[in-house]
Amino acid sequence: MAILENRFDENILTTTVDRVINYCRGSSLWPVTFGLACCAIEMMCSGQARYDIARFGAEVFRASPRQADLMIVAGTVTLKMATRVKTLYEQMPEPKYVIALGSCANNGGPYYQHGYHVLKGVDRIIPVDVYVPGCPPRPEALFDAIVKLQKKLLETRLLRRKTDEGSSQPTITGAPAA
Amino acid sequence: MPSPKEIHDRLKSQFPGFILDFVEERIDPYTQVKPEALARVAAFIKNDSELAFNYLVSISSLDEQGTLNAVYHLQSVDLQTGRTRHGVILKVCVPVENPVIPSVAHIWPTADWQERECYDLMGIRFSGHPDLKRILTEEGWVGHPLRKDYVFPTEYRGIDLT
Repeated sequence: MAILENRFDENILTTTVDRVINYCRGSSLWPVTFGLACCAIEMMCSGQARYDIARFGAEVFRASPRQADLMIVAGTVTLKMATRVKTLYEQMPEPKYVIALGSCANNGGPYYQHGYHVLKGVDRIIPVDVYVPGCPPRPEALFDAIVKLQKKLLETRLLRRKTDEGSSQPTITGAPAA
Repeated sequence: MPSPKEIHDRLKSQFPGFILDFVEERIDPYTQVKPEALARVAAFIKNDSELAFNYLVSISSLDEQGTLNAVYHLQSVDLQTGRTRHGVILKVCVPVENPVIPSVAHIWPTADWQERECYDLMGIRFSGHPDLKRILTEEGWVGHPLRKDYVFPTEYRGIDLT
């Protein structure tokens, strides 16, 4: 790359296919319209003018999982809902990413010990990319998760996706892809 | 407006033998009713022109380890002005081995879902209910979660809950 840089006119830019595609994907994360509990209120608030999730390109909440590539699990995942969450996730096309928003989605939160009806963490049924703590987390925390996800995306290598089984495997946030 | 004690005495004279104690030493005094008479008592206090309990506020249930209780909070509402007039609390006690209480869903339609909730979470069966099935937990759920002796599930549809 260094050989090619600065050798052409100003309107020529050299980069890699990986970077272009990852940049486009990261800048247009379309979440599923889907909230489970009080964290969803914060998620809705993130979409409004005051916080404006559009600044991060994730404002297109799609009503169908088949058009979405980001699932924000916002709220308490009850057992009754858990099977539906899994179905929704399976209906999303690859590549797909999951943000677990709030303590309940992370590990059951206040229902961990005495919640007979609550799943102890959504990562027991679907792989999670970013965990956001808080009860509920503020919109800024959700934005931080989206930025972290975008950083993670920039490090994916598209040509290697077949060998390392794609991004749907849970990895530590921000860690470089193998 | 009749006080809870006056309502209790009125019911006692109307249904001799079916109205038990009047428990006063609580914030909300309540009247204990025998389960077999509940549907008749309910129909009476709703249709009586003086009592006119046209509003069932809530049905709650409690597990007293050996007996299950259903508590009915009733209110009389003036439909012209919308103001509440007088209230009463009925408590029904059934043994845990055979917890059956007659349904009042045909008297106050709001009892329909409340009785389903009591059945779902506490396991009280309401005889004569139009559609007594679980309302909050999924169909096929084992046990009634608010019972004191409830055993938490360790597995649900292949999901580990431990």
